[in-house]
Amino acid sequence: MNVDLSAITSVVPFLLSGLLFTIQITLVGVAGGIVFGSGLAVARLSNNRLLSAFATAYINVMRSIPLIMVIFWVFFLVPWAIGWLTNGGRPVAVGASLTIYVTFVLFEAAYYAEIVRAGFRSISAGQYAACEALGLSKLNAYIYILFPQAIRNVLPILLTQTIILFQDTSLVYVISATDLLGAATKIAQRDGRLVEMYLIVGVIYFLFCYAASQFVKRLQGRLAYGVRG
Amino acid sequence: MSLLFATTPDGAGRYIDWILNGLVWTLSLAFGAWAIALVVGTLVGVTRTLKSGIWPRLGRVYVETFRNIPLLVQMFFWYFVLPEILPQRIGLAIKQMDPPWGSFVPALICLGLFTAARIAEQVRAGVQALPAGQSAAASALGFGRAGLYRLILLPQAFRIILPTLTNEFMTIFKNTSVALTIGLVELTATAREINENTFRTFEAYGVVTLVYLVIALLAWSLMYWVERAMQLPSLVSGSARK
Repeated sequence: MNVDLSAITSVVPFLLSGLLFTIQITLVGVAGGIVFGSGLAVARLSNNRLLSAFATAYINVMRSIPLIMVIFWVFFLVPWAIGWLTNGGRPVAVGASLTIYVTFVLFEAAYYAEIVRAGFRSISAGQYAACEALGLSKLNAYIYILFPQAIRNVLPILLTQTIILFQDTSLVYVISATDLLGAATKIAQRDGRLVEMYLIVGVIYFLFCYAASQFVKRLQGRLAYGVRG
Repeated sequence: MSLLFATTPDGAGRYIDWILNGLVWTLSLAFGAWAIALVVGTLVGVTRTLKSGIWPRLGRVYVETFRNIPLLVQMFFWYFVLPEILPQRIGLAIKQMDPPWGSFVPALICLGLFTAARIAEQVRAGVQALPAGQSAAASALGFGRAGLYRLILLPQAFRIILPTLTNEFMTIFKNTSVALTIGLVELTATAREINENTFRTFEAYGVVTLVYLVIALLAWSLMYWVERAMQLPSLVSGSARK
């Protein structure tokens, strides 16, 4: 088996477009996941038992089933859901990228929720009491006092989860989307170059994730200095 | 739920047989890979705690490599790439394995070694969480390095990391679904096949999702019980419990 590197140079633009989609999924997943996840975390900690039970159930169910399963569910549920809302119950054809974005926001929110919840629990009870004593509304207390501290405390775990999210985007392969791995697979099958394509894709993922994990490690060291009681 | 007892197109059984079959493959893969991951992960984790020499560096290379490449890419590596870069005779032998072994064996190795990297980090954390006095006392009592790890450090470290190991087992169980990409008909692939045969999407995916939930619930209860049973009073914070 001879490994042919020139097979790679001619397909760089296509690979880059795949990489771009991978990064887009990651960004949407992080942003949407943290927003929705923080909502879930607050709901889970709330005194409203119905709200708290719903959030707990959502988080536990999502964390118990494989991502591939969720990708399949959303893939066929989203056309129905949009159909109900806009088209009088008839399913609507939806692009793969929209379903993928929805999947990653829904799925990652469950993981981010648990991290943010750990952050809220790491804040001393005095902070909650102080917010109340100052007459802050619940919403303002969360936005201005509690959330910033919670996020700061769990920032390294949050970023580590984001690295995992970045790796998990490769699973959109199962619905034939063209992310980095999908692009590589399409070229590999067209040109019969499985070995080169999968090796180069492995190297690209490794470089991104290794750099990011080294960054998290350094951040962890720096955050450890400024911790307030 | 009538779907479960409908006859499959090959006429050989009912759809529930397909699901049970998929479940067997999912569980075999999860437990097999878990065994590999525990053994390799412990060894690699121990090398990461050694003070000097080449071993800690090799351990680090192992962990960084397996942790920073997506599982799916690693799966393709074991399934597509490895048979090509091995000597032709061995590569051919691998490719000619009968199904489902042709996908099961690469998936087993892949998932085992992938999870080993994550377990190694936990073992390292567990060993490093122990007070330095433990090693010192063991040396004073005349334990060699092997005895120190086997009898003193690892038994305590494992108790510390038991909760995170439970998490890891749940992860490996969910990750078995990635094996469907290389053609193993495990639980998730079964749902897809039933859907393709019957177009009863909600029932097909619904039943399999329920199976995943039930197993997750069982695993959590079991591990909760194991954690309680294995606790050492001295390691429990505020050791009044028990």
